[in-house]
Amino acid sequence: MPPRTDDPSESRTLAVLVDNEPGVLARVVGLFSARGYNIESLTVAETDSAQHASRITIVTSGQPVILDQIKAQLERIVSVRRVIDVTRDPAGVERELALIKVRGAGANRIEALRLSEIFRAKVIDTTLESFIFELTGPSSKINSFIELMRPLGLVEVSRTGVLSIHRGAETA
Amino acid sequence: MSDGAHTFADAEAITLTGAEIVVRALIDQGVDTLFGYPGGAVLPIYDALFAEPRLRHILARHEQGAGHMAEGYARSTGKVGVALVTSGPGATNIVTPLADALLDSIPIVVISGQVPTHLIGSDAFQECDTVGITRACTKHNWLVRSVNDLARVIHEAFHVACSGRPGPVVIDIPKDVQFASGLYQPPKPDAPQRYRPRLAPDPARIAEAAALMRQARRPVIYSGGGVINAGPKASEHLRALAKMTGFPVTSTLMGLGAFPASDAQWLGMLGMHGSWEANHAMHDCDVMVCVGARFDDRVTGRIDAFSPNSKKIHIDVDPSSINKNVLVDIGIVADAGLALEALCEAWRGHNAGGEDRGLDAWWAQIEEWRAVKGFAYRADDTVIKPQYAIERLFALTKARDVYITTEVGQHQMWAAQFFHFDKPNRWMTSGGLGTMGYGLPAAIGVQAAHPDALVIDIAGEASVQMTMQEMSTAAQHDLPIKVFILNNEWMGMVRQWQQLLHGERYSHSYSAALPDFVKLAEAYGCVGLRAETPAELDGKILEMIDCKKPVLFDCRVAKTENCFPMIPSGKAHNEMILARTFQGDEIDDQGKMLV
Ligand SMILES: Cc1ncc(C[n+]2csc(CCOP(=O)(O)OP(=O)(O)O)c2C)c(N)n1
Ligand SMILES: [Mg+2]
Repeated sequence: MPPRTDDPSESRTLAVLVDNEPGVLARVVGLFSARGYNIESLTVAETDSAQHASRITIVTSGQPVILDQIKAQLERIVSVRRVIDVTRDPAGVERELALIKVRGAGANRIEALRLSEIFRAKVIDTTLESFIFELTGPSSKINSFIELMRPLGLVEVSRTGVLSIHRGAETA
Repeated sequence: MSDGAHTFADAEAITLTGAEIVVRALIDQGVDTLFGYPGGAVLPIYDALFAEPRLRHILARHEQGAGHMAEGYARSTGKVGVALVTSGPGATNIVTPLADALLDSIPIVVISGQVPTHLIGSDAFQECDTVGITRACTKHNWLVRSVNDLARVIHEAFHVACSGRPGPVVIDIPKDVQFASGLYQPPKPDAPQRYRPRLAPDPARIAEAAALMRQARRPVIYSGGGVINAGPKASEHLRALAKMTGFPVTSTLMGLGAFPASDAQWLGMLGMHGSWEANHAMHDCDVMVCVGARFDDRVTGRIDAFSPNSKKIHIDVDPSSINKNVLVDIGIVADAGLALEALCEAWRGHNAGGEDRGLDAWWAQIEEWRAVKGFAYRADDTVIKPQYAIERLFALTKARDVYITTEVGQHQMWAAQFFHFDKPNRWMTSGGLGTMGYGLPAAIGVQAAHPDALVIDIAGEASVQMTMQEMSTAAQHDLPIKVFILNNEWMGMVRQWQQLLHGERYSHSYSAALPDFVKLAEAYGCVGLRAETPAELDGKILEMIDCKKPVLFDCRVAKTENCFPMIPSGKAHNEMILARTFQGDEIDDQGKMLV
């Protein structure tokens, strides 16, 4: 049973730098399921093949004490090199990419296109009755765009989950 | 990884088969004994062991036994324990010891065979996903797909098992990798390691802790298995700190022996069946110094009523233990020994000694709690009381070089209450996982490491049947363990909970159809003894001690004795119940939900 505090739950982005070896993703995901932590999104890819390094970005949520606990638990995994708290890093940058399919005709279609320009979304596929938009940005921006598309004929959404990096010339 | 086995130009590198690399690496890691069981997928390694005089192989009768033997070996020596098992059922049979070692932070290396690499994933004969199955019950595990990685992985496995918070690791080796030839590199002690837990305490935190401790008027030191894991020096520093501060000391089940039970500052074990004085001191203290323990639910009782008015200092080598169950005021990530040493220095720097520490009122209070005599039981001169049996066992063996293991149940708690330890590494019990069947094979592991010592498994008649077949191992390898069974004909701890929590409905907890333990011992080529009355107990115990063979001792004890004192589930430390005040309605519905 985690310590009880009255702090409200918050969302946190963690970048987990790991050795790219078999099973490493299972270790990280297994930790979340075994201890009952939330995963809101997760992305993973090799980032440096010479160094056998991968970067896993996880968006999780919980009370601050739980979030600290998650970080400490992740740092305990032997294949984990470092855990960066992107949310608490003032120079942390978070981005997500989404593909959004919208179907409509007439005024709805024109309105969808107009909004996509305001959001700087790219149209990557068009038929006479649909668009697929490609949109990059913080998750909140993608969420707002999706909400705006809903009444205009939103059909389907595919999102990458959050990616993160540290602003400036140095590594975090 | 840039270090280790890939530097082919290294002059020390020699070419060996994978199986030979395993044997060589074990020897280079200082292993002298391993516990195992052969099978198809490890035959090349068994072949390499065939004419190897430097490694003693103890053949278990079940892989679970081999795992607990490795644990017993590890805990009684401070070294890494090693087990060798085959693929499939060999690997699944050792899952329980792995989970046990993970919860109790015991360093063991388990080497398992695997089907050849080209068959992995094909549901081959005796294939199972060993690294998948054991991922959640190891500190780390490896599937070695190339013989050239093997030496590096084995050396890293030993490093991971015993560094920082110790724990179990698995190395899964496909059969073709055991046959293939590759380069062997001996371990390099100074080679850079990717796993580098923090060991040295932050001096600023130590200073803060010492300052807090100086202000304490009702302090308590709460020590755990981490102090034992940190090595004998850590126990010495604990003793030194207690002496210079005058603080009372209690410990978890896992930590018994780090502080001498014969010392006046010893409060006894704390927790669900801990001492009255230890639990009350924990509840009423103003400063708690927790070192190498983890605020387990068996220790804290009801968490929101746990030690409500204390400032808490927590020293742990595992950063994730700090603030996990209980929020603390000062968290110190460090090896217990190094932190205790630093605390001693910090204390010495400010307290020249001799000054009044202002603890008299606190000690007077503790004496009042001691006077309650929470472990008191009603003696009997016709029936052997289980507590009495342990008291006699302790009295008759304390002059010896004695090691105790236990099974799980009431007998385990009575052993912790009535057998007293003055040294670390003398007490092996399954604390975290509570594994019935641990004690007998663990005793074999201890005896293998200490051939001349008196090694006793304090057992229950139900638990001991879970790994009874290991008596055959003891007989084969001349390991004269003593299995002292407190035979109450019940799964006593289950029966106690059914009595207290389930309206005396004793569902499936009677040990029916018990074997005749004396005859059973004889069938194994061992010695069987039985005591039925208090009058004959001492004589029989002495007979057991003097016996050069493994012994099964059937000690017939009172059948329905309960283990007290007890913090009922869901209650706080100061709501402990005593044998003499026990009513039967102490546990409410919420408490029943807890385990
Ligand atoms: C492998 C396993 N299965 C079940 C349990 C649950 N359990 C805890 S104590 C106990 C009874 C133990 O009986 P016995 O060995 O006779 O000891 P006693 O309590 O009578 O001293 C049981 C079944 C356990 N701890 N381990
Ligand atoms: Mg019993």
